[in-house]
This record gives sequence, structure tokens and C-alpha cells, in this order.
Amino acid sequence: MRFEDEPVPGYPLPILPGHTSPGRLERVLRAGAFAVTAELAPPDSADPEDVYKRARVFDGYVDAINATDGSGANCHMSSIAVCALLTRVGYAPVMQISCRDKNRIAIQGDILGGAAMGVCNMLCLTGDGVQAGDHPQAKPVFDLDSTSLLGIARGLRDEHHFESGRKITYAPRVFLGAAENPNVSPIEHRAVRLAKKIAAGAQFIQTQYCYDIPLLRRFMTAVEDAGLLDKVFILIGVGPLRTAKTGEWMRKNVPGIHIPDSVIERLKGAQDQTREGLSLCVDLIQQVREIKGVAGVHVMAYRQEESVAEVIDRSGILAGRTPWFPGRDSPLNADRKPS
Amino acid sequence: MYAVRLWSVRHAHGLSRFYKGFENALLWLHPLLQRIGYQRLERPVAAVERSVKGLLFDCRMCGRCVLSSTGMSCPMNCPKQLRNGPCGGVRANGNCEVKPEMRCVWVEAWRGAERIPGGLEAIQQVQPPVDRRLEGSSAWLRVVREKAGVAP
Repeated sequence: MRFEDEPVPGYPLPILPGHTSPGRLERVLRAGAFAVTAELAPPDSADPEDVYKRARVFDGYVDAINATDGSGANCHMSSIAVCALLTRVGYAPVMQISCRDKNRIAIQGDILGGAAMGVCNMLCLTGDGVQAGDHPQAKPVFDLDSTSLLGIARGLRDEHHFESGRKITYAPRVFLGAAENPNVSPIEHRAVRLAKKIAAGAQFIQTQYCYDIPLLRRFMTAVEDAGLLDKVFILIGVGPLRTAKTGEWMRKNVPGIHIPDSVIERLKGAQDQTREGLSLCVDLIQQVREIKGVAGVHVMAYRQEESVAEVIDRSGILAGRTPWFPGRDSPLNADRKPS
Repeated sequence: MYAVRLWSVRHAHGLSRFYKGFENALLWLHPLLQRIGYQRLERPVAAVERSVKGLLFDCRMCGRCVLSSTGMSCPMNCPKQLRNGPCGGVRANGNCEVKPEMRCVWVEAWRGAERIPGGLEAIQQVQPPVDRRLEGSSAWLRVVREKAGVAP
């Protein structure tokens, strides 16, 4: 899909009626297209080119790029800085805000600052505990939780004031997101928790990896039964596993990851496990797309980012459209047409 | 104490009923409390509250008690101090991501909420961020003053 007024890098699009942001992700979702987002792992470097290199591998295949905020409680370039670099050339980033490292003063400042630099999407997260990362000696902040953070962000946008009540002069025009993990306890109450996030301001959801399709179906049914499907856009988290061993390590060591034995067995039985991992991811995406209420996928291919294009291409979910990227409409890229 | 905390969630129904009665009693005593002066009562009442709720719920004296909305499982025992539900890192056995030997405070909260009439509705309320200035102050006295319409 194309919009007549597609971007001049660094300049915002007009906000369409019923939209809260000038961003492309909100446009794609509200237009009813199956959206694709991907996760960019911020570099351990101060070189902007390291960020652009990581973004370029997604060119033409994703509608927005998530810049993680100290994911796994590991230290990297900040999400807000990665997003600011990306908006300079016209990318549509999703700024991730974790409650682990900043209090409400710093976070509200970042929301204004991010929006001022052209960030249109913000994902409000709790954040992993510091014990999971490379600085377990750090002080965990957790002044807010993800739900109260959503409420504060919405207050800034819709009511034009800080949490303190003090007025702001120009509101951040942002599309607000939250995370959900359908795979972990208390599974039967996850839909209720989602409802709270929506009540607090979540407009889109990006989930943790979903490798267990029956479990995901049950969750989506609960979400539908709670009457939430027309209140939020749900993007399901997917990603390729490099080997069966990686999968086993992840489910043992990374908080919140659930991978059924059948997935591990399928990889173990393959000659080329990495290729099989990609095929498995393609299969998952195709199954996920068929589930009622799923608005898109969020591809997290940690250390396999270069394979995201192939996975999306093979899954056929873009249905012939080429998401905007810097230079898409240049004659040099005329032959670049995915799926 | 951890074992007592789990006991309290198992007995959430009885405890929430007792709490309700206790709140009404305090409210009934409001004229007396006001005559003595809430300022003067703050320290001794907070000290009693700290020891009673400390024993029953491992209370952290956040000053803004939400036990009746969290199945009598104190959310401030969550290492991330989440007041609106569990994070995405809960272990397969229902234990905490940060403290593997501890039950997830929110898995317990839902168990408690199921035992309290109206508990499953109360747990759906979105809780505002904590006012950190209230830490250490008596939530009991605050509730009574609010219900009696006296500015805290």
C-alpha cells in the first residue's frame, strides 16, 4: 500500500482523522493491512553507522523497527538515541520504554523528547530484572509499572499534562503500545491483564515469542471473549531459532520464553537446523496470520536479523506491498519487490 | 514472613472481611481520632500497622494500601513493585523471575482475588503510580480520613 503523501525524511506526515500519530505503523494498521515490525538490537557502540547498518537489512520488509531499551537488562545504545537516528532518514521506529532504569521524571522527558525527534510509536514495558543482564549490581528503579506508564503517556498526549498535573504546551502525537506474554502464568488471567493495559491507553500490542500455537489460540479466544479485539491491534511475536540447542538454552535461561518440545524436536530432526529454524518461523507466521484478531507479526530475530527479509518474503504476508524505506521510490530500487 | 504471607492469601476471604470490619470500626472512631489529632496518632498507629501488616503480608508500608484489590497479596513484594499485574517473566512453576524461590506475587494475587467476593472485579481496576512520599506513613489513617472527608 502507498499513501499519497509518503514521507520526506525528517518531516512528519499529516495526522489522519481518528489517528493519534502521524506515523506509518498506525496508518498501516488502521488501513487493515497485515503489519510487520522487527526488532533492532542497538549496538554496543557510539557509531551511528552501526545503527543504520542494522536498520538497512529490514528495508522494504517492515513497517516499523523496534529499538530495544536495554533488553535483557544488558547495556547498549539507548532506544531514544537509536530512534532519533532512524527518524533522521525517515524510518518509522518504535521507541521502547522500560520502567527498570528511569523514574517518572526521566521517562516523561524522554516521551516529549522522542516525539520531538519524530518518534511516532512508543512501547511501554516493565523491563527485565537487573539480575538477568550484564550489570546485576545496578539499582533497579521501577518507579512506574508498564500500565501506569501507559496512563501517564496518554495523559501527556490527550490531556496535555505531566503526571504532576503541570501543563505542557505541545502534546506528543504518539501511538502507544504495550507487551503481553500469552505463555506464562497466570495464563487464564492474561486477557484481563491485557484489558487493563488497554484501559490505561494501549493501542497496539507486541507479544513475547509465541511458539505454541494452540496456547496462542486459547489466549486470542479469551481476548475476543473479553471484547477487546476491536480495541487494540495485536502483533504476535515470532522469530527463527538458530539451532535446537539455542531453543533449549533460551527457554531455560531467558525469562518468559516458552518453547514446546515439539518445536525443539523438529529442529533436532533436521539436517540443517538453521534452515529448518527459518522454515519453522515461516510456518508459524502463516499459522498466526489465520488466527482471528491478529493484526500483524513482530519479528525478533536476535543475531539473525539478516534472515528477516527471507522469512517475511517466504511467508507471503506483505501480499505484494513494499513498506516504505529510505530510497524506496528511487529509480535505483525499482526492481526491489518483495513477495 | 513468607509462609504467613502465603497463608494470608489462602485466607483472603476471612482477612478481607475482617479488614472491612476494622475499617468501619476506625471510621466509627473518627470523631475520637480527630480529637486526639491524626498528626499525633500517625507515628504510633504506623508502628502498629507496620508490625501487624508486616507479619501478615510482608507489608512494605507504601502508604497506599491496595490489598483488597490484589487478593490480599501485597504487590510491593514484587521485586519490580508492579501494581497492575504480573510481568512477562513469570516462571513455568508460577514463581518469580527475579527471586526463583518465591511465588509470583501476582499469581498469588489472583488466587486470593478468586476467594474474595468481588475480588476479580477489584483486581481489574487500573492502579495509579505510587506516591513515594507516602512511604512509611499509615494507610489505615489515610483511608479513614479520606472516607470521613477530612483532607489528609
